[in-house]
Amino acid sequence: MQKPFYVRFLLVATFLLGFTAFAQDEDASSGNEQGSVKAEIKEFIAHHLLDSHDFTLFTIDEEKNTHFGFPLPVIIWDDGLKVFMSSKFDHGQSVAEVDGNYYALYHGKIVKTDAQGTINYDEEGHATNAKPLDFSITKNVVFIIAVSLLMIFMFRKMAKSYSGSMLPKGIGRGLEPIILYIRDDIAIPNIGEKHYKKYMGYLLTVFFFIWIINLLGLSPLGVNVTNNIAVTLCLALFTYFITAFTANKNYWKHIFWMPDVPVFMKIVLAPIELLGTFIKPFSLMIRLYANITAGHLILMSILGMMFIFKTWIGSSMSFVLASALSFLELLVAALQAYIFTMLSALYFGMAVEEHDDH
Amino acid sequence: MEKLIEQFSFGLFFWQLLLLVILLLVLRKVAWRPILNAIEARESGIKDALEAAENAKKEMQNVTADSERLLQEARMERDGMIKEAREMKEKIVADAKALAQVEAENMISQAKTAIEGEKKAAVAEIKDQVATLSLEIAEKVIKGQISDSGKQLKLVEEMVGDIKLN
Amino acid sequence: MEIPTILGAGLIVVGAAFGIGKIGSSAMDAIARQPEASGKIQTAMLIAAALIEGIGFAALFAA
Repeated sequence: MQKPFYVRFLLVATFLLGFTAFAQDEDASSGNEQGSVKAEIKEFIAHHLLDSHDFTLFTIDEEKNTHFGFPLPVIIWDDGLKVFMSSKFDHGQSVAEVDGNYYALYHGKIVKTDAQGTINYDEEGHATNAKPLDFSITKNVVFIIAVSLLMIFMFRKMAKSYSGSMLPKGIGRGLEPIILYIRDDIAIPNIGEKHYKKYMGYLLTVFFFIWIINLLGLSPLGVNVTNNIAVTLCLALFTYFITAFTANKNYWKHIFWMPDVPVFMKIVLAPIELLGTFIKPFSLMIRLYANITAGHLILMSILGMMFIFKTWIGSSMSFVLASALSFLELLVAALQAYIFTMLSALYFGMAVEEHDDH
Repeated sequence: MEKLIEQFSFGLFFWQLLLLVILLLVLRKVAWRPILNAIEARESGIKDALEAAENAKKEMQNVTADSERLLQEARMERDGMIKEAREMKEKIVADAKALAQVEAENMISQAKTAIEGEKKAAVAEIKDQVATLSLEIAEKVIKGQISDSGKQLKLVEEMVGDIKLN
Repeated sequence: MEIPTILGAGLIVVGAAFGIGKIGSSAMDAIARQPEASGKIQTAMLIAAALIEGIGFAALFAA
């Protein structure tokens, strides 16, 4: 079951959707055709949603294992730092040998194996091979770096365009209203006139980072960084620690020793309030992750239906649906960035609020 | 949930953490601070300019009011001066009139007394002349009519009566 | 095991959708009543919806 190259290329060129970065497993050669297509699509989506050790734009020929892309450096810690290029894995087809140790890719993760690349399973079907600490520059890391550089370049240019004139030039014209919106409608109302300044850097950075990286996830490059729980966890932890470190006495007092309630209630409320402080960043993390993952999942499932229905009516239906959903995802990309920034600002506001009325 | 934990990639977390910290620090220095400062400077500049315009407007109003007041004062002063001048003029005229009146009256009374004097003198002269005349007449009558004594008496009486009339 | 999980997920989605729908309708009412406060209402609405959504997703992952 192999689709010709031009079909895939057409797909990419037509929809400009995140549909391209993949390296499929070989499992579709047997069984009935409909079932194998479904399995292939499922596998494809699962792979798309995962991080990858090499930068593959599209696969030209599955059987010959030819991919259009380039390898990325792999950095692992396994009794010493080991650095090699991911081309050694040959897209999961071969075992990489470094300093006498053998490593293989198993579902996108690097595992330690023997020379034949055998994977041992426990009774639940999980691989029991040792997993070395993986600090590889994966595709997502490349994109985080790219977005960071883009942001630095963009905003530095914008900052420079202010010198000598009161109004920004070029790209700053469009970005300034967004910055003003974040300041006037997110930071100041939620944090307050007095304290908002020290949080502006974080709020602006996070907003633009999430927004740009979400938008890039919708591009044909097909890298969705924010559907990695590690990334959203990192962002949420930042919000949590900034809240915790900048919080004033009142904030902690309201958590551990709620004023104006009986002593018994104080004891009951303290753990609940403390748990609440963890739940807030946790929900931030899950929300961003789940929204982006769900969006990509649905979008790709709808696209995948084209290959299942194989009739002009089914394909055009999924085309229309996918187009509509893409616009929705564009909105979601901005909305999630907005909500993350907004809620972060809200939590910061709680941390610096002064309860004079108690 | 297990799937999430299984999917969690420590390497990605590490890189994201590192890069985000770098991004935050760099952007704060090269972008956010200058941008926000520039925006703030612009906003305060606009505010100042508006305030200055407002002040200038007020000042302008003050100046206008001042000049209006000065004008008013000048007008009043002028009016006062005109009035004063008019009064003075009237007073001068009135004074002159009164003076003239008095002079005229003086002159008239002088003239009257002079006339009176002249008249008296004239009357006295006339009386003298009449007396002389009457004496001449009496002389003549007496010369002519001395024969008739009755007639003489009558004539004298008539003449004396005439003198009384004057 | 398969069916109850799916059912649970469905229930979560129904609940979350109902909650968000309620927030949306209330916000619409509030905006209709006080159009000048629409900005504040929208913000509050988004926050409330986001909180419900967060809980919903957390439950979905647990399911």
